[in-house]
Amino acid sequence: MKMNLTAILKVAVRALNRNKLRTALTMLGIIIGVGAVIALVSIGQGAQAMIQDQINGMGTNMMFIMPGNVFFGGASLGAGAASTLTEEDVNAMVKEVPTIAAASPIVRASGQLVFGNQNWFVQIQGANEKFPLIRNWRVDQGEFFTDVDVRSADRVIVLGKTVADKLFSGIDPIGQMIRVRNLPFRVIGVLTAKGQSMVGQDQDDTAVVPYTTAQRKLLGQQIPSINQAMISAISPEASAVTQKQVSELLRQRHKIQPGQTDDFMVRNMTDVAQTSAQVTTLLTILLGSIAAISLIVGGIGIMNIMLVSVTERTREIGIRMAVGARPNYIRLQFLAESLVLSLVGGFIGVVIGGSLAALIARVLGWPTLVSALSVLISFAFATAIGIFFGYYPAHKAAALDPIEALRYE
Amino acid sequence: MSIQAEKTSSSSGREPAGVLNQDAVIRLERIHKTYHMGDIEVHALRGVSLEINRGEFVAIMGPSGSGKSTMMNIIGCLDHPTKGQYFLENSDVSQVDKAGLADIRNQSIGFVFQSFNLVPRTSALENVELPLVYAGVPAAERTRRAGAALAEVGLAGRERNMPNQLSGGQQQRVALARALVNNPSLILADEPTGALDTRTSVEVMEIFQRLNRDRSLTIILVTHEPDIAQYADRIIQFRDGRIRRDSPVENRKDATQVLTQLPAETEDDEEEVL
Repeated sequence: MKMNLTAILKVAVRALNRNKLRTALTMLGIIIGVGAVIALVSIGQGAQAMIQDQINGMGTNMMFIMPGNVFFGGASLGAGAASTLTEEDVNAMVKEVPTIAAASPIVRASGQLVFGNQNWFVQIQGANEKFPLIRNWRVDQGEFFTDVDVRSADRVIVLGKTVADKLFSGIDPIGQMIRVRNLPFRVIGVLTAKGQSMVGQDQDDTAVVPYTTAQRKLLGQQIPSINQAMISAISPEASAVTQKQVSELLRQRHKIQPGQTDDFMVRNMTDVAQTSAQVTTLLTILLGSIAAISLIVGGIGIMNIMLVSVTERTREIGIRMAVGARPNYIRLQFLAESLVLSLVGGFIGVVIGGSLAALIARVLGWPTLVSALSVLISFAFATAIGIFFGYYPAHKAAALDPIEALRYE
Repeated sequence: MSIQAEKTSSSSGREPAGVLNQDAVIRLERIHKTYHMGDIEVHALRGVSLEINRGEFVAIMGPSGSGKSTMMNIIGCLDHPTKGQYFLENSDVSQVDKAGLADIRNQSIGFVFQSFNLVPRTSALENVELPLVYAGVPAAERTRRAGAALAEVGLAGRERNMPNQLSGGQQQRVALARALVNNPSLILADEPTGALDTRTSVEVMEIFQRLNRDRSLTIILVTHEPDIAQYADRIIQFRDGRIRRDSPVENRKDATQVLTQLPAETEDDEEEVL
């Protein structure tokens, strides 16, 4: 006997239409479930995408080398307590480690930047001309300083977007002279905007000068020292081996005996990236699972209503069986009903979840991302729930004895 | 096979013994049906043998508990016999599975019930279409055939009516159209007039008689009203799970004639008629 699918669907839709309020309430469970999954997962995935973006923007093959813990007479002085890292270390790394694409010393200084009657306090980074390459950070206007500027410790400065906006509202900053710690500097470039960092810091609130300038002009160091080094490996895959070789080289240069702890630290951005990816994936799964629970509750609602429906329509089932409906057909009939419930509910849930995600992004300012995958998965999940929770009532209907069913009052 | 032995013990005395009756729509051989109610065994049928030929109009009578309902369920392929064989159109259907029985009901049997048993909130036309849906008939042909069946029972123009918009007699005629629509081998009517007043009952019997006469349709009618049984041409009486009497009807009633004698259909007259 042929199974007429359109006939089955027609009957299912009509049966659901008969009791609109009940159908709507049952669907609500699925709508809320799917909507919650879509909205909450969009928050998790939005965070994930943002962090991934930032890490990519920073360069996943980048790593920082910081002077480390120093013991002085048995007392730990803590990380960064001594300037154990030198410019020569950086030069040696570039020379000896082949997987390093670029390296730069970093010298930190802070100071008030003044232009006309505007002023702005900022963390200034001293670096070499490789800074844009290592940080994967382009210059938006003007240009970055060159190796010539670094060698001659020129008073040139490249501003972050925030700083440029604060000091020069409506004026082209390129070529303007500003005062940094009362020294005149020429603005030669403005970096592209990067936005907030993972920890919510405004990355554009910065300024970059040649590290030599920072050492001699801003900090007035007699013996030049550096705060840390920044290197980038030739590829993300090479970062592990680079990290290892850099460590070996520095231990050798710093004459650290085997068994002694390093007097430096290497922070690999790939590790950071992986950790944050893990954290956000966990977050997404957590949010998704919580929402999925409501979807399961919605499924139980479907089962409940389908059981009621089977009982109410016992006689109708008896009639259908008497005129020749096979048990399988009856099963399909009720499965179709629960499936229509969950599919329509799922569809409405996707629309509502998507709108909710957009609303969250607008009102709370959180980045949300509704991916095709999350829509697909929650839809598939809703379908699976429709089949799973619809099966038992459908089976119950199919197993009815036509004689008993026809007699049912 | 035990056909010969069976026939002699049967109380039905009309079949030529030993010859396979090609005309038999139904042949029951020593049908037993036993129910278990807890520890108690209920013998609803105790070895019933019976043959019904094409074109017969048989009334099955008997008090409640006589086994006539069980008989109907087995003949209607709604239930299996515990023992014995059932040949419907010369094929053994005693041990067919549920899905197979559903197909047989769909193709070969039309049901008419006391309580009409129409699917609620579903139009007359769609109710009649139901067996065709399960037979996999395309929509356009379903509508055409269901329309024709409704016309045959005098309900042309009522296709769109819902069951609750129809009178009892009309509902029973819709049920009759549904039973007819698949061109079944037999129609099983279980107390079809039980819920109807006299005039409507006769009207329904008139349709049964007409179908039996014009289309040689085999009809099996279960009733406890001797009046109604008189419209059939053969009466089988059940008692205690056995056939007690199987005899042709002497003075068969003609529904068309009876109708002319009945007073016109008005509300007040119903009392008199009853």
